[in-house]
Amino acid sequence: MRATDIKRLSLYLLFAPFALWILLLILLPHAGMMYISLREKVAPRVYEFGFENYINFFNEPIYWNTLIRTGSMSLLVTFLALLLGFPIAYYIAKIAGNRSRGALFLMCLIPLWVSDLIRAFGWILLLRETGVISSSLQWVGLIGTPIEFLYNDAAVIMGLVYTVILFMIVPLVSTLDGMDKSLIEAGYNLGGNGPTVLRRIIIPYAMPGIVAGCIVVFMLTAGSYLTPILLGGKNSSWFTEQIYDQFITRYNWESGAAFGFLLLAFTSIAVWLGLKLSGQTLNSTVADT
Amino acid sequence: MIIKIAMAGLLAATVMTTTAAQAETLRLLTWGSYAPDGLVKKFEAKYPDINVEVTFSNNEEMVAKLRATGGAGFDLAQPSHDRIFAAQQEYNIYKPLDLSKIDTSNMSKVHLDGVKGNTTIDGKVYAVPHQWGTSGLMADKAKAPDLKGWGDLCDPEYKGKTSMRLKRTILLGTAFDMGEDPFAAYADLAKYQQILDKVASKLISCKDNIKAYWKGGDDLSAMMLSGEIVASETWDSTAYKLYGQNKDIVFVPPKTGALAWIDTFAFPRKGKADDAAYKWINFVLEPENVQLMSASTGAIAAVNGGKDLLPADKKAAVNAAFTDADIDNLKFFANIPPGVEDMEGKTLEKIKAATGSE
Repeated sequence: MRATDIKRLSLYLLFAPFALWILLLILLPHAGMMYISLREKVAPRVYEFGFENYINFFNEPIYWNTLIRTGSMSLLVTFLALLLGFPIAYYIAKIAGNRSRGALFLMCLIPLWVSDLIRAFGWILLLRETGVISSSLQWVGLIGTPIEFLYNDAAVIMGLVYTVILFMIVPLVSTLDGMDKSLIEAGYNLGGNGPTVLRRIIIPYAMPGIVAGCIVVFMLTAGSYLTPILLGGKNSSWFTEQIYDQFITRYNWESGAAFGFLLLAFTSIAVWLGLKLSGQTLNSTVADT
Repeated sequence: MIIKIAMAGLLAATVMTTTAAQAETLRLLTWGSYAPDGLVKKFEAKYPDINVEVTFSNNEEMVAKLRATGGAGFDLAQPSHDRIFAAQQEYNIYKPLDLSKIDTSNMSKVHLDGVKGNTTIDGKVYAVPHQWGTSGLMADKAKAPDLKGWGDLCDPEYKGKTSMRLKRTILLGTAFDMGEDPFAAYADLAKYQQILDKVASKLISCKDNIKAYWKGGDDLSAMMLSGEIVASETWDSTAYKLYGQNKDIVFVPPKTGALAWIDTFAFPRKGKADDAAYKWINFVLEPENVQLMSASTGAIAAVNGGKDLLPADKKAAVNAAFTDADIDNLKFFANIPPGVEDMEGKTLEKIKAATGSE
């Protein structure tokens, strides 16, 4: 009896930090935000309950256009990260020798050791009109006048891919790592060529890793703030910027909170759709890798 | 037993820390460069029992931070004079000042009266002036000698070579440039909306001319110094700093008048160290400290002869920029009535989202 009590107590104690974390840092703030998002401001210090903030979002094309833009650019970033990350992950997991693997992994990790802000400034130094790339191209003689590479959507996408690609590579490496090399050999022995083996053996095997990586990357991208703000041009709005503006510039916490929930709903639906389409579940992907 | 000893130890430790922590903490919420290290050290040397903790911020974030806590967490804030009245009415985040505890004798009367007038609610004064400065234009004289008004940023002659910050300043400046008086229209928000719509279509058609919207003093400085842009909307202090590095870059007060702001001292409602805050206010208003402060901020102290207390290089920059007529023509930011931030915010979003011109 006593022993089970102690066991139970220690279980509670071990569980407590996690429960507190979820309750205090996730559930409570969200409940508060939900409450704020359902308030309508009628006059200074006077509020009414209602869905006005959500309705406003759908009535104003600027808002949902920005959300769609953010969503589609995030999808593009996810796709590019997968396209670039897969060969790297494959090389690390299957081709590289044991020693170079560690080194390669480390090289992928190193950019994460500096903050987002510093990395964005690094890109700015490279891409700006008087920056490294433009002036070296001029020096080589390929271009006559300085070219501005910064302040456009391509710069934003490149910066984002660079920031998130690691989160694609890690789950891919850990999935591909578990694949027996003899599977690939068997594929070739049965007369398959490179593309067939890739399509029928490697990709299906790596699917959980691919989906897990895509989910993480998509969420990170859609919720990122610094990179799109700093590298983006005069036309590039990002949805997180709208949320910031609502909260800070417009003193409109009510609609900022509603936007926050809309972003959460949008990304959740996108992830759910992705899981449905790929025939995976959260358990088989993110929880596994 | 062990638990008892541990408890006793813990108690003792708490008692000791409370007695040792008699030193008061002054938590400042202010602008970057408004609390230079040297000045903070000097203050702490003069009042050894006060610790100064500084948080750097800007107008919008100051109000947001105080709103989040109902005015707790800081003992002294420095929002601009137009961010007191409505913020207080809507969110109740400040508390009135005891003017008898502040040495106002040395404050320049224009600014003191102006701020008092702007921030008196129910007969109580909520702020006193600290430093003032302007927003206007900045131009590289060698490349854009004819830049005179806000609208010239949209002059096709400088296509792709100008910049602005997509915030309320440029809305107001453009409105003045179009012959409107936005501050007068604050009384009639329907009229103000009309002005904003006009300004929005002007700024949208101007987008083509803009290289990029700057977001902070650093990226503006980089674009200007590298010559990527030749003119921009700017804070005067940024322009003065650049003048120190390139004598061609000057601050240009727009012909319709530079927009003037006054950063103030205001007390957050639940601030705990009022006495220390009064001490800080009086301390930074002492002439020798004003000099240190202005050297760091590049703004002019709202004290008598404030301009003469600027360091020599900044003074030269101010004299290169302003004539006395320009000073007389200053347009002080009017109190922002409730709701205007939202209207302006929406206009700014519209401009940012518009892609028609490209």
